Amino acid sequence: MSKEKKSYRATVYVRLKEGVLDPQGTTIKRALGDMGYNGVEEIRSGKFFEVSFSSASRKEALKLVNEISDKLLANPVIEDFKVEI
Amino acid sequence: MKFGVVIFPGSNCDFDAYQIVKSVMKVEVEFLWHQDKDLNGCDCVILPGGFSYGDYLRTGAIARFSPIMQKILEFAEKGGLVIGICNGFQILLEAGLLPGAMLRNSSLRFVCKWVHIKVEQEDTPFTNNCQRSQVLKIPVAHTDGNYFISDAGLEELKENNQIVFHYCSPQGEIDRAYNPNGALENIAGICNRKRNVLGMMPHPERAGEMILGSEDGKYIFSSIVNFVKGKGN
Repeated sequence: MSKEKKSYRATVYVRLKEGVLDPQGTTIKRALGDMGYNGVEEIRSGKFFEVSFSSASRKEALKLVNEISDKLLANPVIEDFKVEI
Repeated sequence: MKFGVVIFPGSNCDFDAYQIVKSVMKVEVEFLWHQDKDLNGCDCVILPGGFSYGDYLRTGAIARFSPIMQKILEFAEKGGLVIGICNGFQILLEAGLLPGAMLRNSSLRFVCKWVHIKVEQEDTPFTNNCQRSQVLKIPVAHTDGNYFISDAGLEELKENNQIVFHYCSPQGEIDRAYNPNGALENIAGICNRKRNVLGMMPHPERAGEMILGSEDGKYIFSSIVNFVKGKGN
């Protein structure tokens, strides 16, 4: 008996690891300073992806999204990722 | 011997690489298509510069999964020569053939200019025609050349003499002032432990004739030819 597949939408947040220089974040922070927002201590930039797909279970869905995040969406040398379903 | 130049969608230094091998070095060369699954007996594969797949996601991240890259991974594993130039270097990093990753240039700008690089390792298939500490004048042209690696990874690169080129002054002084992109410790090019895979940000294929401003790029290609011919191919 094949299980009914359900639709899922996952959100993957990718960001530079702690300690990895973020030239874009640094530049944005400098611009904020120029605009008068002097209280900003740090800006870290990142990106997020929405992944829609069908899966037999939440557990399987999570496994799939973690796999594609690790293999393609993030580069583990410089980036961390977080998956939400 | 024969060179192969891979064409990805968005490669734009493929013809330059082809030109220096064929017209300047007078060596056989052919193009390899990214969908190909055969290296056609090439002795050295060149991954050229450009913007493969529009630099979507990260530079080199998509190209790394093209069919020909699977063959190139096997080829490199068996000791085949692979040189990645600029975007080619970025692809080699994403593919895991070389350690580390590229960040956006510290200036956030596309940097296109002549730089000088110091040859730190002359015992590689790509630099055997150079002297140690020789300074080469070769141009860079990129937005993501800010080389990064973890502290442990950097130690390993040093221990195994894998840092092949540093950005330097025309006299060979290694200083932040001569670093075009913010790269860690002025690293401009590295090889793998087996020394058969090289990645470099500067473009030797754009420095093969004096009319272009420098002939120093020829040292890299003549070294490769030397190495392969020395093996009796």
